[in-house]
Amino acid sequence: MSRSLKKGPFVDPRLYEKVMKAEAAGYRAPIKTWARRCTIPPEFVGKTFDVHNGKIFHKVYVTEDMVGHKLGEFSPTRTFRSHTETKKK
Amino acid sequence: MPRIAGVDIPNDKRVVVSLTYIYGIGPAFSRAILKDAQIDENTRAKDLTEDQISHIASIIDRNYVVEGQLRRQITQNIARLRDIQCYRGMRHRKGLPVRGQRTKTNARTRKGPKKTVAGKKGVKELR
Repeated sequence: MSRSLKKGPFVDPRLYEKVMKAEAAGYRAPIKTWARRCTIPPEFVGKTFDVHNGKIFHKVYVTEDMVGHKLGEFSPTRTFRSHTETKKK
Repeated sequence: MPRIAGVDIPNDKRVVVSLTYIYGIGPAFSRAILKDAQIDENTRAKDLTEDQISHIASIIDRNYVVEGQLRRQITQNIARLRDIQCYRGMRHRKGLPVRGQRTKTNARTRKGPKKTVAGKKGVKELR
């Protein structure tokens, strides 16, 4: 079920504040974050985030198309190392 | 046979049904359109007058995205998901279910016909 429109999108307030602060200070380095559930608001476009996936941080450069998605969607949590090749006889 | 929204030629079924032959129009939209046009759902498509047909066509033209345009819109949406590296996009790329369904079993619609893996539990040597 999708989120009630009344509430608006969920943007992690602390992360948002951090982004705004970094913006004001002209700080460009990627912002480390665990807030995978945070929706990407238009203000995040052009920023780089290090999104945690439970193990490592994935670098995510936010483009305009990503607005409305969650940060976590860009940091996969599972590794699939392909099945073993069938040996040819 | 009447022609509505480009190439579609619904036959001699009831109009509600024949309109659903247009890609992008299902039973619900079909009813809404006919209500809007004030045409009885039960008239046969072949019995529609020229006026009624053009009326229906103009309603569809104005308010609904159908056929080629709709198909294009859908492929564009998928292409967008693919491009932005998001989870859903990656599922589309890999040809796996996108909405969190299980893949241990089933998911055959997305994965295609079964590929038997030799040596896997339960698979007897076929020879």
